[in-house]
Amino acid sequence: MSRQRLWRALLVFSLAALALSGCSGDPSLNVLEPSGTAGEKQLNLIMWSFFLMLGVFAVVITIFVYVLIRFRKRKGQDRMPEQTHGSTLLEIVWTVIPIVLLGILAVPTVNYTFELADAKPDEDSIRVKVTGHQYWWEFEYPDLGVKTAQELYIPVGKKVHLEIHGKDVLHSFWVPALGGKTDVIPGRVNTMWLDAKKPGKYQGKCAELCGAGHALMDFVVYAKEPAEFDKWVAQMKQPAKVATAAQKEGEQLFLQNCMGCHAGVNPKLQGPDLSKFGTRTTIAGILPHTEENLKKWLKNPEAVKPGAKMPKIDYLTQEELDALTEYLMSRK
Amino acid sequence: MGTLIVLLVLALFLTAIFTGGYNKDFLDRVKTSKVWDWLTTVDHKKIAILYFMSGFFFFIVGGIEALFMRLQLIVPHNDLFVGDTFNELLTMHGTTMIFLAAMPMIFGLMNAIVPLQIGARDVAFPFVNALGFWLFFAGGLLLNLSWIFGGAPDAGWTSYTSLALNEYSPGPGIDYYVLGLQISGIGTLIGGLNFLVTIINLRAPGMTYLRMPLFTWTSFVTSALILFAFPALTVALLLLMFDRLFGANFFDYTMGGSTVIWQHLFWIFGHPEVYIVILPAFGVMSEVISTFSKKRLFGYTSMVFATVLIGFLGFMVWVHHMFTVGLGPVSNSLFAVATMAIAVPTGIKVFNWLFTMWGGEIRFTTAMLFAVGFIPTFVMGGMTGVMLALPPADYQYQDSYFVVAHFHYVLVGGTVFGMFAGAYYWWPKMFGKLLDEKLGKFHFWTFLIGFHLTFFPQHFLGLFGMPRRVFTYQSGVGLETINLISTIGVFGMTIGTLAFIYNIYKTFKVEAQAPADPWNGRTLEWAIPSPPPEYNFAQLPRVRGLDPFWLEKQAGNKGMTPAEPLGSIHMPSPSYLPVLMSLGFFIAGFGFIARGNYAVGILGLIVVVITMFMRSFEQDHGYHIEPEEIEDANKGVQA
Amino acid sequence: MAAHTHENTAPQNGHLETASLDGKNKVLGFWLFLGAETVLFACLFGTYLALRNQTMGGPTGEHLFDLKLVALATAILLTSSLTSVLAMHAMNQLKLKTMQFWLGVTVLLGLGFLVLEIYEFIHYVHEGHTFMSSAFGSSFYALVGTHGAHVTFGIVWISTLMLQAAKRGITTEMAPKLFVSSLYWHFIDVVWVFIFTLVYLLGKVG
Repeated sequence: MSRQRLWRALLVFSLAALALSGCSGDPSLNVLEPSGTAGEKQLNLIMWSFFLMLGVFAVVITIFVYVLIRFRKRKGQDRMPEQTHGSTLLEIVWTVIPIVLLGILAVPTVNYTFELADAKPDEDSIRVKVTGHQYWWEFEYPDLGVKTAQELYIPVGKKVHLEIHGKDVLHSFWVPALGGKTDVIPGRVNTMWLDAKKPGKYQGKCAELCGAGHALMDFVVYAKEPAEFDKWVAQMKQPAKVATAAQKEGEQLFLQNCMGCHAGVNPKLQGPDLSKFGTRTTIAGILPHTEENLKKWLKNPEAVKPGAKMPKIDYLTQEELDALTEYLMSRK
Repeated sequence: MGTLIVLLVLALFLTAIFTGGYNKDFLDRVKTSKVWDWLTTVDHKKIAILYFMSGFFFFIVGGIEALFMRLQLIVPHNDLFVGDTFNELLTMHGTTMIFLAAMPMIFGLMNAIVPLQIGARDVAFPFVNALGFWLFFAGGLLLNLSWIFGGAPDAGWTSYTSLALNEYSPGPGIDYYVLGLQISGIGTLIGGLNFLVTIINLRAPGMTYLRMPLFTWTSFVTSALILFAFPALTVALLLLMFDRLFGANFFDYTMGGSTVIWQHLFWIFGHPEVYIVILPAFGVMSEVISTFSKKRLFGYTSMVFATVLIGFLGFMVWVHHMFTVGLGPVSNSLFAVATMAIAVPTGIKVFNWLFTMWGGEIRFTTAMLFAVGFIPTFVMGGMTGVMLALPPADYQYQDSYFVVAHFHYVLVGGTVFGMFAGAYYWWPKMFGKLLDEKLGKFHFWTFLIGFHLTFFPQHFLGLFGMPRRVFTYQSGVGLETINLISTIGVFGMTIGTLAFIYNIYKTFKVEAQAPADPWNGRTLEWAIPSPPPEYNFAQLPRVRGLDPFWLEKQAGNKGMTPAEPLGSIHMPSPSYLPVLMSLGFFIAGFGFIARGNYAVGILGLIVVVITMFMRSFEQDHGYHIEPEEIEDANKGVQA
Repeated sequence: MAAHTHENTAPQNGHLETASLDGKNKVLGFWLFLGAETVLFACLFGTYLALRNQTMGGPTGEHLFDLKLVALATAILLTSSLTSVLAMHAMNQLKLKTMQFWLGVTVLLGLGFLVLEIYEFIHYVHEGHTFMSSAFGSSFYALVGTHGAHVTFGIVWISTLMLQAAKRGITTEMAPKLFVSSLYWHFIDVVWVFIFTLVYLLGKVG
């Protein structure tokens, strides 16, 4: 029996080792490798509580293994164990020690809870209005006059104040490598703050079941050096030009087929703002930003993202599709 | 309506064929058939079997749903079950496992054992007991019919609004959820009420509260939790039904409603529910560990108080499911501290189990293996539980695979291990046969290894950024291997469960009857034959202390000392009304789900009202079993 | 299970309803059931209090509620609680006719309350305050309507028991049934007091 138990313990440990070394998470979405202050604070608390709990686990498992080996019934044995009622001393010990441990854990917990809740924007911080839609994210910078979707640009080192709005169902805004999540709740405005300590690309996820496309409601956070961020803002404010004949045709097609949703005419059927579509790095937040993928999306959005609200644009001729694609890709 | 009549006629035909054709004696033959006996029984031991078996059936169904989900996630970008289909699977898996597998299996064990452990001949309300089962069954059946008629619910077992509103879930799926759970929830509620009264009023002479076995105690606290938690679910489901079927605006924010109210109501029910399903498992573990260590339970009194305290605190912590809703740091901190406090009584229990084994003589039967395997597994779930209680850390864990790993460690490691331990331990008492120990051990090891292989890696999935309830995940960010391992583990659990099914099958074929006391037991149920006669105790026993049967055995007595002379025993008569009333609810539910067919819904409700009147006007005085019959039966057992 | 007794003898402790084990079980079970009912109404109250200002431009409680009418309804229901006590008193003295009389009065008062409530609801609907008009409307009718449904059930239940009592007289089997129905009646009375305070008075204050 004890050999089997040992084997099981080995298995668990090797699994742990495997998980920790062989297939460790990716820094773009790893809670254990945070790149922002909020994420660091959260990791601190995670590790702190983990090691505390590991200590408790070690005590339990030591007694456990000892008891199982020492007091197992041996062949031919027929002993009458003493029918103890308990031990007041022991019981007090294992009541008081956990209370003390939890008290120790409670102090930083309450501390961090209040620190992370303090999301008031200061002069230096960037304000972003985040809106979760089925199944895409809208980001608006009210102070900068910039609006984007699926991609959140933030300057490194600055506190980003997020105002989180919802319109349809619940979603949850989560950038694992930068910090924990806040729910998107229709009819309610939530706030949270984030920052990135180093430039890079971070994955964002929707973490609340929101329908068929929930698994694919991804977004990207780009943390840029402040100078680069300012350049990005300037670019976003510069209207894109229509240069070629194909783009002109594409513009016409866009006006005829897409404006209803993509220009906010019908608030119930709102699609992402596409005026700077060419700057994006993903199609629908998940596919690489190529013309081929854009066409794939246009022809059948639901095949790419189940439940997507966008209708199929499969009635265009090949030329029309090319023109529309070229037009969209030129929106830089 | 037409479908209904066709089904009714079909059912009559089947009955006629089954009982040998329709003629004058048709009704008599129906009434003497085995099926009729089981449909109308009010015997707690038979109801126990009904509960346990239907619970196990739904456990298989929920398990298959889980298997499908893990198959979808075996590699990234898989397209086996995507989008809504996957959401249906995850919703039905959660709902089935909690409401239709865990709850009835618990009620099964409670029904089988609690009356025996307190030395009672039956429960306080045998009729209500049967009604509770049939309502649960009708609700469960209704919920699962959604797969065939119109699509299963797909908004998660928590069914959060606004996703669960008409606008975002237009099909009948959520209606099945609402009405199915409402009906089975009423059954659960009255079942819990019945056990509270049973335990308070029907204890044998000398069975004081602090002499009750721990399984009875945990059943008692669980019943109290059911009584006070389920009404919150009733209200939540009622309001959602109003919103979906009758145009109300509780959760529609455009009309002033609030989606957060659903979350509050759901979790005011939902958190106690977690303790409802775990406490009886604690009770089973306490019985099993004490029996197979050949020792009295260490720190019995503190175990009782820890149970009560866990039950009490269970109502104070629901907001820890809502840390990311944005209720503010004060509320988050308060609920965090309350949640952490639960670790203290739970810790007391774990140490008491360890010290019950300390100095004992441990026999590793299958039941004991499950109890022993439960301890480290559950402690790991408890560890992550404390980690989850910290709001800032929870902002990272919430709705990620870390949470999935956590609650499977407590629900499978706790409840499922507990139910398996209970099944192996009490099978002889319930069915009169012993389950095969060799197969049982095979079951245990495959299930345990499969379980850890499945769920241990999921902690890392969560920490590496994988949200829960997703049908696919990114490749190239370190999630593939872990997901693969997790899926492989499921096969371990599947093989284990198949072994259990085979074990049940094999055991039914075995001739040998189990002895009354196969494990050298300590509590009253082992003092009577396996399976017990319908009146349980020919004479009510006199209880002299904790572990009463053990005390008598130690004193050199063969059985319990009777507390009354042998006399005529009053028994409740069987009744077909519980089935009929549940059928009424079932029809009503179906009618309301098939929108626009409210005539059927109202017909169902009329059936319910009529059966209620029938019950109210019925003067049923039961029947008596005379001492001569009891003596005859006793001789039969001895021979 | 204790055997049922059917003799019409006055109970020794003055309580016929708990004279048999079945009666004891019923009474205890019903108290527990009322505990569950309390949670049910607490949840409905909570929902109402959270949503009572969400009128979406429709009439507010302050505008709608007519305290005089509600006070009358309250008085009627409170009186019916008293008559229900008198009925139970008569039951324990084995006075069938007196009991039936007071039960009848209780039922009539309950009916009077219902009539007032229905009149009130019709009035509200005319004012544009409906179940579907806003979250306030939904939560108001859910709470007050659930109470009204309880009153209706109580009336049917007590009437049924009066029929049974007329046929069978006051027995140890009837007594717990009558007693728990009276408990139930008091309970819905208490709930009404909370509705009166938290819905109507609070609504008037604004």
